Amino acid sequence: MSIPMIVFIICGIFAVLGAIGLILAREPVHSALSLVLVMIALAVLYLLLGAAFIAAIQILVYAGAIMVLFVFVIMLLNAGVEVRTNLSRLARWVGIPLAFLFLVEMIYSLFHEYVGRAGMAAGGTFAAPVPASTEALSMKIFTEFVLPFELTSILILIAILGALVLAKKESA
Amino acid sequence: MVPISYYVILSGVLFGLGVIGFVFKRNIITIFMSIELMLNAVNLAFVAFSREFNQLDGLVFVFFVIVVAAAEAAVGLAIVMVIARNRKSLNVEDVNLLKF
Repeated sequence: MSIPMIVFIICGIFAVLGAIGLILAREPVHSALSLVLVMIALAVLYLLLGAAFIAAIQILVYAGAIMVLFVFVIMLLNAGVEVRTNLSRLARWVGIPLAFLFLVEMIYSLFHEYVGRAGMAAGGTFAAPVPASTEALSMKIFTEFVLPFELTSILILIAILGALVLAKKESA
Repeated sequence: MVPISYYVILSGVLFGLGVIGFVFKRNIITIFMSIELMLNAVNLAFVAFSREFNQLDGLVFVFFVIVVAAAEAAVGLAIVMVIARNRKSLNVEDVNLLKF
């Protein structure tokens, strides 16, 4: 077993365990920490895939900024243990089977598409592993995708304003 | 090297777990975190396919997904704070004004 495979298996196990922990934890803070585990495992996988810039912003923006925001809000609202309520009858008899059907169908179709295919199954490795250089990525963002890139700054500005307006105390 | 199918299956499993969390959790903040988990799962598939086909467009998409997720988290958590202030509860079943 090659070293990338071992790293992939370890990170995959951590990611899935973190996701399960997010679902099973009763305290929102524990869920948030499980999600941080998932994000760090995914950042290592991005490095394994050669996407160093994406791994960096995964750590900085996701595990850093967004999760800190979540933890701040959890502490600000003093979110305690989650209240368990009985699911409605519709959710129990229709929703749960449909959720599992969705999961099974997605895994089946992914297997069918990417494992069953001859080329992928035989030697489904990357033909010429060229690491995605940050230089090439930034060339793409600042030339081909420069208009969407500028639009994201407006989106962020609107989001800041919206968050301010929503969260401020009504003084009237 | 690791075959791309492994990455896609891991991505699918994470997305499915995110859906399950979204459906089953009752705490509005945890539901939000399940959405973030689904976004992360999709990002993993994007990066894997970008590597597989040696094209950078997937990475550009991941960049924009992360930016939009940051904006969504800021606005969404502000809405959560307003709901918590008005309803004095974080349980989604207490937010039932529009419920049939």
